[in-house]
Amino acid sequence: MNFLSQIVNGLGIGSIYALVALGYSMVYGIVQLINFAHGDIIMVGAYVTYLVLVVGGAPLWLAVIASIAFCALAGVLIERLAYQRLLHKGAPRISLLITAIGVSIFLENLFQLLFTSSAKSMPNLFPGSPVSLGGLKISRVTAITLATSITLMILLQLLVNKTKMGKAMRATSEDTGAAKLMGIGTDRVVAFTFAIGSGLAAVGAILYCSAYPLINPYMGNLLGLKAFVAAVLGGIGSIPGAMFGGFLIGIAESLTKAAGGSQITDAVVFGILILILLFRPEGLFGHNVPEKV
Amino acid sequence: MKNRMSTSHDSPEGQGGKADRIQGQTVQWPQWIRNFLLVLLLYAVFEIPIANKDINRYYSGILIMICINIILTVSLNLVSGFLGQLVLGHAGFMSVGAYTAALFSMNSGLPENAAFPLGLLAGGLVAALFGVIIGIPALRLHGDYLAIITLGFGEIIRVLILAMPFTGGARGLTVKTMISRHPDAFFSWSFGLAALTVFTAYTFIHSRHGRAVIAIREDEIAAEASGINTTYYKLITFVFSAFLAGIAGGLYASHVGALTPVKFDFNYSTEILVMVVLGGMASITGSIISASVLTILPELLRDFSAYRMLVYSIILIIVMLFRPSGLMGEREFSMNRFVGFLRTFFSRSRRKPDSSRGDA
Repeated sequence: MNFLSQIVNGLGIGSIYALVALGYSMVYGIVQLINFAHGDIIMVGAYVTYLVLVVGGAPLWLAVIASIAFCALAGVLIERLAYQRLLHKGAPRISLLITAIGVSIFLENLFQLLFTSSAKSMPNLFPGSPVSLGGLKISRVTAITLATSITLMILLQLLVNKTKMGKAMRATSEDTGAAKLMGIGTDRVVAFTFAIGSGLAAVGAILYCSAYPLINPYMGNLLGLKAFVAAVLGGIGSIPGAMFGGFLIGIAESLTKAAGGSQITDAVVFGILILILLFRPEGLFGHNVPEKV
Repeated sequence: MKNRMSTSHDSPEGQGGKADRIQGQTVQWPQWIRNFLLVLLLYAVFEIPIANKDINRYYSGILIMICINIILTVSLNLVSGFLGQLVLGHAGFMSVGAYTAALFSMNSGLPENAAFPLGLLAGGLVAALFGVIIGIPALRLHGDYLAIITLGFGEIIRVLILAMPFTGGARGLTVKTMISRHPDAFFSWSFGLAALTVFTAYTFIHSRHGRAVIAIREDEIAAEASGINTTYYKLITFVFSAFLAGIAGGLYASHVGALTPVKFDFNYSTEILVMVVLGGMASITGSIISASVLTILPELLRDFSAYRMLVYSIILIIVMLFRPSGLMGEREFSMNRFVGFLRTFFSRSRRKPDSSRGDA
């Protein structure tokens, strides 16, 4: 039973990774950029929630909406200010990546200036007794996390596959130039993608805070990296892949911790990444694109 | 790349001779002698005040840190600028070198004068070994994936140092070396190694091997089709870079006197990368300039230290947006061009009265 509950714990944290990984994955699918600032969007989301909920004293639903809206806006703003010029010029990917790292350092230090580097503690967001499911006791936070993330992922899958915007996103990801010729406003699609990804990161942030209620300006660093590992693991650009990768990383992490290796958890996660990259660089669900001359 | 001159440290034949002839100069210095003397002069300018204790430990410390950062920046530039592979785990190699050098020189039982240089060498070699271990799998990947995998390895190295029994874990390792108590000798070592790094990097890049490396950056597939063993050259550059980073780490260990794994995190790697990018990808002199400036600047801006990284990041973004190849781009600062510029400048200002008389 202990093993099973570890798996459930892993699924809980894994689904947060998955939500964040979706942002990486979608952005990468469309503009081939590893958005290093994505992890810090999580941090932004957590601080906005903290401000609205604790400082402002507003109810939770308002904090959630504010956090999602603010993060979506921040995501679009970052894309417009930092990346768009490079994307239009067709700059080398290394420049884009370095810009993204720059944005990430900027956000971390901005928030450190605004809120100091000492951690702020969040109140208990989802109080209540554990949910029991067929003899297995799941903490309320884990249950809510799992339910929310799975719902969101299904919605996202529908958005991408069934709506007009989703079609435009898929077209842009396939071939931006051709999509433009077909009359798709690719700039708008890219902005939309950043907004969706950042909004999901905000949800991830709130769920993460409910499980680990301490927030600091650097919290997005490692969380973002692990979510990125999840995205690569599942095959970057693929939504079910990001989901699966997130769950896998979460389970691997919680099992390592249960086995008494909490110190080397991060090493295990990156070890998995390295193995995957070496043997299946396109990820578990990805497509291998041969290099063209 | 055309044959470009570096500041001072080295010089194959080239534009210089031509420039001198154009200026009607009769005496022709072999350039390497001139450059060697210039480096020596630079060394003397800093070493004499340190030895005479005219400047205190704080300033000599900054000078030593500049040398260390020059080694780090130039070594990362070899991989990121010349080979064109983004590496985000440079601090990992540095930490391996730092811990190896510190543990070696404290536990070897050799006299200090032998233990310190041997420790540096050991640090470099172990870092190079890590470079081989990491490079063989990692270099099969390109671009973003290589960046991520090196980042992963850097983090793994950090976590392993935390978990190892002999590194002091999170509490850190106190490094006791005699040399750190003699700033003049320590500066000599740092300066000498920085100069040697610049020299080897420059000659490497301007050799046949260096041209192969640059060819790989320009177009890997075309380079391979032209018969360049891309795997070999990528690995050689990567390992060489790791070796230099290890040596810089060894110097750093003696300099700071206390090592903790936290110092070598992702942020340190990005800080080195910022130096490379600002100076100019593929410009060794650019790296030297930016490493020096970015080491001095935070010290000048002590009062604004809270804003330092904020300003760094904004500069980084702006440079990437408007000058993606860095401030110096691929160009090198050239002593000859500089001298030529001064000459034309002064001869023009001397001629000015002549021309005005002619007009009158």
